[in-house]
Amino acid sequence: MEIKDVENLANLARIELTEEEKKDLLSDMESILGYVKQIEEVKIEDAELDYKVHNVWREDEIIPRDFSRELITDQFPDAQDGFLKVKKIL
Amino acid sequence: MIDLNTLTIKEARKKLDAKEFSAVDLASVYLAEIEKKNKELNAYLEVFDDVLEQAKVADEMIAKGESYPLLGIPLAIKDNILIQGRKVSAASKMLENYVASYDATVIVKLKKQGAIFLGRTNTDEFAMGGSTENSAYGVTKNPHDTSRVAGGSSGGSVVAVAANMALGALGSDTGGSVREPASFCGIVGMKPTYGRVSRYGLISMGSSLDCIGSIAKNTTDAKIIYDSIYGNDVLDSTSITESAYPKFSAKKIIGVPWDLVNGEGIDPKVKENFKQSIEKLENLGFEIKDISIKNLDISLAIYYIIMPAEASTNLARFDGVRYGLHKEGKNLLEDYMLTKGKGFGKEVRRRILLGTYVLSAGYYDAYYGKAQNIRSALREQFNKTFQDVDIVATPTSPIPAWKIGEKSDPLSMYLADIFTITANIVGVPAISVPSGFMEIEEKKLPLGIQFMAPHGAEEMLFEVSQKFEAMI
Repeated sequence: MEIKDVENLANLARIELTEEEKKDLLSDMESILGYVKQIEEVKIEDAELDYKVHNVWREDEIIPRDFSRELITDQFPDAQDGFLKVKKIL
Repeated sequence: MIDLNTLTIKEARKKLDAKEFSAVDLASVYLAEIEKKNKELNAYLEVFDDVLEQAKVADEMIAKGESYPLLGIPLAIKDNILIQGRKVSAASKMLENYVASYDATVIVKLKKQGAIFLGRTNTDEFAMGGSTENSAYGVTKNPHDTSRVAGGSSGGSVVAVAANMALGALGSDTGGSVREPASFCGIVGMKPTYGRVSRYGLISMGSSLDCIGSIAKNTTDAKIIYDSIYGNDVLDSTSITESAYPKFSAKKIIGVPWDLVNGEGIDPKVKENFKQSIEKLENLGFEIKDISIKNLDISLAIYYIIMPAEASTNLARFDGVRYGLHKEGKNLLEDYMLTKGKGFGKEVRRRILLGTYVLSAGYYDAYYGKAQNIRSALREQFNKTFQDVDIVATPTSPIPAWKIGEKSDPLSMYLADIFTITANIVGVPAISVPSGFMEIEEKKLPLGIQFMAPHGAEEMLFEVSQKFEAMI
C-alpha cells in the first residue's frame, strides 16, 4: 500500500485528510491488514454456508408514530420555508 | 441514610415499594455522588436536568400502588442510544448537538416501567474502541486506579455503576464493549443473543454484530435489566422471537478452550486467576472439559474485516446534509469532504478507510467474502461444541486495565478483544463476571471471567454466573 492508495480510499469515503494523517493511516493500515491477512491461510472445508437469513415481512398498514416534525427540521444544517436546503448537484 | 455501596436494584425495589425511601431521595443521592466524582472520572457526558422531575413521576406511580422491577431505579444510558428530545452524540464531534427525534425501543420499555435516566455516558467515538480513549470528549478513568482506562467502549456506563453514580446502565457490545469494561472495573456486563434485544434507536456500528447489553453490580441486577429490555420488535428486522432457537437442556459441563487461553499475549496473573476460577466451578459440581474450537484464534482477524466493512457503510450517512455537523465548502462534494474530515476522529476514520478497502473491487472476495465464510464455519463449530458442553468459559480480557495512553498502536489495542469478539461473530449470549483482583503498583485491579452460552440460552448463562458469583 502507498500514500496514493490511502488518498484513493479517502476520496471514495469522502474524507478530507492532511498529509500527516495520510502517513499515519498508511502505517496503521499496513499493520492491521498484515494481521488480518492470516485469513488467507485458513482452509474452509465442508462449511455449510448457510447464513440462516430470511426476509422479515410485516403488514403494510399505517401505524401512527409519535414524531415531532420540529425535532427533525430543527436538525437541518440549512433550511428554507421548512424544507431542507442543499447545494445544487448539477 | 442510603448506603450506595451495598444497594442493588433488587434491594432498592423492595425499599421503594416499602417506602423506606422515595425515588426522589434515591435520585438525589445519586446526583450528589455524580457531582462529587464525575469531574475526575468523566463517566457522564451530560447529566439530565430533569432527573428529579422523572423521580417525582416515579413516586406518583409508586403511591398509586404500581410496581415494576425498574420503577424509580436510576440508570445511566450510553451516549449512542436515542432518547427523544435529548442530545445523543456517540461521543463524536459529528453529532455534538444532535437531538434524538425518537426513542429507542429499549428506552420505550424502560420508560413504561418508570425507570429514571440520570444522564448519557461517555464511550469511544461511535463505540469504536476498547478503552474510551477514542471519545471526542476525553477519557473515562478507572475508579480502581485513575491512571488507568475504564475499558470500553461502554466505559462511561460501566464507571457510572462501578463508582456508585448509577444503580444500573445500558451499554452496547459489538466486540466486547460491555463485557471488557465490566471486567476492568469489577462489575457485571452482559451481551444477549444477537437479535434478542432490539437495535432500533441504537446508533449503528457493525449491524450484524451490535447488541444492547446490561451493566450492573451483580448478575441478578443484570438479569433484571435484561428481562426489562428484551423481546421481538417489528422496528428491527433482525430481531428474533422467543422460538427462534430450540430450548437447551443443561448438562452441567463447562468447556474451556485451553489452547487459546494458553496462547501468547495473556498475562500470567490473568491465567492464574482464571485457573482458580475454573477450580471453583469444579467445586460447584461442574464437569470441566478441554475443548478445541477450530479457527477460534482467527475470529479476531475476521472481526477486523467484517466490523469496519459494516461500519464504513453505516457511517456513510453522516454527510452534513440532514443533521449533525456541517462544514461549508465550495460545492456539495467539498461539503462532504470537510464535514467528514472534521467530524470524525482518528479511530473512526481508520475504520472507515479499512472498511472501504476490504469492500473495494479486487479485494472484496479475499477479505470480506472469505471472512464471511469463516464466520459461517465458526458458527457451525460453536453449535457442535454446544452439543457437548453448556458453557464456554474464558478470561474476559487477556490483560487488566492498561495505563491511559499506553497503547498508541491500534493493533495492540485490538488484540485485547481476543476472548470477547467470538460471541459477537457467532451471535451467542455472553457475560463477564468479576473473578478477583491482581495487584499492580500497589493497586488492586479487577479481573473478570467470561461465560458464553448457546444461542437463546440466556437463562442458563445467568444461572451459571449467579452460582459462580456466590463462590467469589
